Amino acid sequence: MHIDWAALGSVFGVSLVVTVGLVGLFTLGIVGLTKHEAAASGTGNVALARTGAYVCFAACAAAVAYGIYLIVA
Amino acid sequence: MEHITLLLAIVVVTALVFDFTNGFHDTANAMATTISTGALKPKTAVAMSAVLNLVGAFLSVEVAKTISGGIIDEKGIRTEVIFAALVGAILWNLLTWLLGLPSSSSHALFGGLIGAAVMSAGWSSVNGSTVVTKVLLPAVAAPIVAGIAAMLATRLTYRLNRNTDEKATAKGYRAGQIASAGLVSLAHGTNDAQKTMGIITLALVTGGVLHPGANPPLWVIVSAGLAIAMGTYLGGWRIIRTMGKGLTELRPPQGFAAQTGAATVILASSHIGFSLSTTQVCSGSVMGAGIGRKGGVVRWSTASRMAVAWVLTLPAAGLVGAGAEFLTKQGTWGIVAVAILLVAGSGTIWKLSRRQPVDHHNVTADEIGEAPAAEPAGVVTTAIAAVTPPPTAAAAAAIDLKATIQAPAPATPADPPTPAPLLQG
Repeated sequence: MHIDWAALGSVFGVSLVVTVGLVGLFTLGIVGLTKHEAAASGTGNVALARTGAYVCFAACAAAVAYGIYLIVA
Repeated sequence: MEHITLLLAIVVVTALVFDFTNGFHDTANAMATTISTGALKPKTAVAMSAVLNLVGAFLSVEVAKTISGGIIDEKGIRTEVIFAALVGAILWNLLTWLLGLPSSSSHALFGGLIGAAVMSAGWSSVNGSTVVTKVLLPAVAAPIVAGIAAMLATRLTYRLNRNTDEKATAKGYRAGQIASAGLVSLAHGTNDAQKTMGIITLALVTGGVLHPGANPPLWVIVSAGLAIAMGTYLGGWRIIRTMGKGLTELRPPQGFAAQTGAATVILASSHIGFSLSTTQVCSGSVMGAGIGRKGGVVRWSTASRMAVAWVLTLPAAGLVGAGAEFLTKQGTWGIVAVAILLVAGSGTIWKLSRRQPVDHHNVTADEIGEAPAAEPAGVVTTAIAAVTPPPTAAAAAAIDLKATIQAPAPATPADPPTPAPLLQG
């Protein structure tokens, strides 16, 4: 019986890294936007938080696009 | 097309019915968490999932060349065996739906195939080690992989957003969750609709209608895509309820983490080549997200009922498949008998489900049917559920289910049904 442990291992590793990475990025984006709202009342760097948030969301969108590419390919 | 026999017609219709049950069984995978966190309204969610399933069916032209991926020896497989296997898979899918348990449609199909093949050609036709590597091992691995990924992601997201207001971030999480759920739906349409197309194509090849190695005709692609989309739109509300509410209570960050984890694991596994069941991945990630939040509770009683269903899927569908193959072996009357039993069985299960209906009205309600005086919301939903005539979609589908199976039965072999009625199923 041949069990492809290497494939199972890479599924595990890739899933773990990508999931945690994406969720982390997206959370940073959300937190950035929320900070932006809070910052509008006077504290913190508005532009920086906002730009950071958009970068995070763009990275997530790229990941989704890559996902669609994987499905189609 | 000119030589479609009665048997072949029945197999094609049954394959589409399986595709249909596959659709409504697996709506939960993509949409359970989306519905329970309120990211989408129930009807909107299933509609979106249905459209994406349909799109997915057309996206890939790589139709599965084997039904079982090497689990059984498909050389010289007879059309009756495919039919018997489908009967086993459909009945198991309906039974687990009645109980509200998410279970893998692919494993049900494998089980049916194994049972039917053993009855037809003996144990030697089953490749035991492939069963272990393609069914048993993934069944254990999927929830663990998805669960750990979703759990860590949930922990991380709660740590990062600990200084923000939960209400302010909920909207963002819901948007992200919709994107992940969309990916799961799309992947599901691509994989599972292809599977049905593969089955129909294989049946047509065994029946001598198509040349071996031929691509599926357009009507096969269209009808398989429509069947899975209609099944998805009907929505397996019972299973959605179990996954979205029964296993654990999900808040938007958890729902997002769970769905993203599920989408990632599904895509990674199919891309790397260690395929995992979508259902088991999604159940695992929901549980992982449940554990990941501080104070989150996973209802292990529901989880263990689910695990029992997973263990039983293969043998149970196998037994029904074997029984069905035993009857179809007896000749034409046996095939007709199996078709009638399938309709009767499906009808009974549907009737039983009406006793305590779960639909888009009460899919996220806290109690169903019981404790009418406990809370006003419960009374209202119960009343709505009691007063509402069976949801039109469900009723239509049940009628459809009967109609599509019964329709070709009275036909004679010399009277080939046109593909047109198949499109409805």
